[in-house]
Formats: sequence, structure tokens, C-alpha cells
Amino acid sequence: MASENKFEIKDLDFYYSDFEALEAITVNIRKNTITAFIGPSGCGKSTFLRTLNRMNDLIEGAKVEGSVTLDGTDIYTADTDVVDLRRRVGMIFQQPNPFPLSIYENVAYGPRIHGIKNKAKLDEIVERSLTNAALWKEVKDKLNQPGTDLSGGQQQRLCISRVLAVNPEVLLMDEPCSAIDPTSTQKIEDLMDQLKENFTIVIVTHNMQQAARVSEYTAFFLAEDTNKPAHLIEYDLTDVIFTNPSDKRTENYITGRFG
Amino acid sequence: MLDKNLKNKIAMIFLWGNGLVTIVILALIIGYVLVKGLPAMSLEFIFTSPKGVTQSGGIFPTIIASIYVTGLSILIGAPVAVGAAIYLSEYTKEGRITQIIRFGADALAGVPSIVLGLFGLSLFVYILGLGWSMLSGALTLILMILPIIMRTTEDALQAVPNAWRQGSVGLGATKWQTIRKVVLPAATPRIMTGIVLGVGRVFGETAAVMFTAGLAINIPFLPNEPGRTMTSHLYLLATEGTSMRTAYGTALLLMGIILIFNLGARRLFGGSKVRR
Repeated sequence: MASENKFEIKDLDFYYSDFEALEAITVNIRKNTITAFIGPSGCGKSTFLRTLNRMNDLIEGAKVEGSVTLDGTDIYTADTDVVDLRRRVGMIFQQPNPFPLSIYENVAYGPRIHGIKNKAKLDEIVERSLTNAALWKEVKDKLNQPGTDLSGGQQQRLCISRVLAVNPEVLLMDEPCSAIDPTSTQKIEDLMDQLKENFTIVIVTHNMQQAARVSEYTAFFLAEDTNKPAHLIEYDLTDVIFTNPSDKRTENYITGRFG
Repeated sequence: MLDKNLKNKIAMIFLWGNGLVTIVILALIIGYVLVKGLPAMSLEFIFTSPKGVTQSGGIFPTIIASIYVTGLSILIGAPVAVGAAIYLSEYTKEGRITQIIRFGADALAGVPSIVLGLFGLSLFVYILGLGWSMLSGALTLILMILPIIMRTTEDALQAVPNAWRQGSVGLGATKWQTIRKVVLPAATPRIMTGIVLGVGRVFGETAAVMFTAGLAINIPFLPNEPGRTMTSHLYLLATEGTSMRTAYGTALLLMGIILIFNLGARRLFGGSKVRR
């Protein structure tokens, strides 16, 4: 076993009200690695990603059965501190969503809500987070300008810095590059490679080349039909999934026969 | 059969005409009040008290009373309305209760102001013993602005992109932190627009304050003191026919103040349209 498990998911079912979106998902996410979730649209990969930091709680009628543990602790108990969970498990969204604030305030937002008031300390966190997200050089002279004035790729890296600023352990990335240009995508992929030293990264992607390039493990999800729940079809080392998948459906998907 | 291009032209001219009628009516009213009111206008008119049986002198105390009662109602009413809107749009799920509250607000907005005035008279002035006072007037006016500010605030909150809420919650912010630091700042310009609309509405209100704020011509200082608002003053001047000149002067000043308010709001919180 290369490394220990960060998340262990056992027999997870997920419902949107009466509709079962995910069924019997059992998988482990390894620490300090990049795991990619692939599969056609509507196969529940983003839904599954959002069960890992309980973002689905915000959706009316969402219901989870089964267990999800983070470092061995169940995150779906009554006394789970969801606010702290979301700090530990940060999320990058498909559309860059910087707040309508300055670049500085975007990054300082997280530390501030967690009670850091000292200006010098905030300055240090902002610089470190922007540096770690490979954005510092581009923005260090315009920290007071609106974050929303940056290009799409820069905005996404700003959102990554914003998450890094609260010292998370896990980064959940929900198709982080689907709304940005190839050069920025390249930058973010390079960045992910550096970040996995310190973080556990889970990325949902539609782009199979991206999954093959960046991840060490890949999970393939599929729903037989749009009104049927999705299943985890296959999970393995990315190399194995892309060169020697054991399930015919995985092979059909990665060779582009559908999806 | 008419040619479709011709129909198109007719429709355009007709609609253009409708637009023109609106403008002309507005111009006529403003022009009329301007012509009749300007002769009365002077610094003395604005800054001194009425003399004699209100035929001469100024209307200063009524301006103060109007501003007082409007300000007090906004001061108390706006936080309540904004709070209710935050509760409705951020904390509750859409359902029976929200429907009932919204229906209640809409119904309240539809109650004729004279009925509210009567209600205020019996509840605030008599039953609660607040007497004819700025406070009674303000409380009655709150009944009017509550639904206006509440609904505009709700619209404002719903216009804030969900992606910002998710971004904030995703960083480990609580719901309240998210509302206070992301949602409210983003919604503020539109909320302020709603509040200014409310101000414009109550500043020009007559029936609700005439019954509750009193008719005494004095400069109110404490909230338990009565005062005659500009609108009440205008009403009395016009119905008793004591001085039409002063009545038109008051009307002009009233319109001017409300206009300045609306224009100021547009300038300050530009971008979001001031709707009626």
C-alpha cells in the first residue's frame, strides 16, 4: 500500500428527494495523491465529490446513507462540525467564483472568518497562499484591485489561493479547468502536481487526457440511464484504468465509444 | 388585410403615443405646481414658522415634522423589514410558511393608507397611549414601508449569485458569516434602493400620519411630541382654503424633496434601477 487512506467511503447511497443518484459507492481516497473521478455527464461524480465536504447539505431534499470517514472519523454524525469539515476539505468550483472584493480580501476572507485579525499575519498568509497558487508574481502589485477583474485562469488560481489560506488538508476540484483556457489549465495542472506534496486532491474532470496526465488513481462512474442511480464501475491506478481496464464499460468509455 | 409592416408601424406609433402621454401628464403636473408654487417660494418660506392663521410666514415646522416622522419610521422599520427578508430568502425553505408571510406582506401593501391611519389611531394613539406623536406616526408608517422594503430586499438577496454563497460556505464560513460578509454587501445597493423607495412613499403619505402624528404646528424634538407634516399641512390649507398660495408652495417643496431623494438614490446606488 503506497500511502494511507484519507477518506474511506463505504456503501454510500445518495438521494435527491426520491431520486437515488448514487448507489453502493465503496472507495478509498489515498492521502497525498491525486484521484480523478471520470465518467459521462450526469453520472454523479460531482454529486459524489460534494458528499466529501457535505456541500450537498445545502440542497433541499439531499440525503446520504452509508458512511464517509475522514482520517477514520465519520463525517456524517449528528455532532460533526460541518463548518470545520469544510475548512479542512476545501473546494474549487467549475466556474471561478471570486467574491466581489479585492484580490487581497478574497484571500484574507477565510483567515478572517476563522478569527485572524492581525494585519501582519494576514499579509503573510495572503502572500504565502498566492505564492502557493502560482499567482503572487502576477498580482503582487495590484492586491487592492477587484478579484473579478482578473482573467478566468487567474480567477481560478485566486480561488485556489483562497482555499489554501485556510490550511485545508484536502482539495476537492469540481472540473476546475472546464471554464478556462489551455494555458491556464496547464498552469493549474502544474500547480496540482506541486500541491499533492501537502494535500490530498480529488478532481472531477470531463477531460480524460487531464485525468491521465494529473492523477495517480482514477475512479470511473456510470449510470446506466439518466433515471437510474450511478455506480462506481472501476477504481484503480490511473495507468491501469487507461491501459488495462478490467471492466468492458470502462474500456468503452476511455476509448471514446460513448460519453 | 393590412400589410404586416404597416401594422408594425401603427403599433409603434401607438405605443410611442402612450409613452408620450405619460410624459406629458407628468410635465403638466410638475409645470402646474411649479407655476402656482414658485411665487410662494423663498428662504423665509422654507425656514420660518407660519404666522397668523397660516396664511403667511413659512412652513419650517412641517418640514421638520415630515423628516422626523419619515426618518423615525425608516430607522425602526428598515431593520425589521431587511431582517424579515433575510429570514425568508436565506433561512427558510420555500413552503407554506414563506407563502403565508409573503401573502401577508402583499396584503399589507394593499391596505389603503387611510385604513392604516385609522388602525394607528386606535392602536398607537389610544390603546397604547402614545398620543398624537412622531412615534405614533412613525409606527403607522412602518406598516406601509415594511412590505415595500421587505420585497425589494428579497429581490436584492436573490440576485446575489449562489456561487458566492457556496464559495464562502466551502471555506468553512457559517451561514451568518456568509450572509454578513458576502451576501449583504453585494445586495446593499439594491436594498438601499428599496429603502429610498420606502422613504419616498412615506414622505408623501398623508392619511396615515394625519390621524396619528397630530396637527399641531410645532417643531418636534422628542418622539412623544406631535407635529404637523407637510402633507397634513397641505391638506388643511387646501380644504380650508385659507391660503392656496401657501398650499402650492408646500406642494412644490414636497415634490422637490421627494425628487431629490429619488435622484440622489439613483446616483448613489446607480446600476440597479429604481422601480416603482
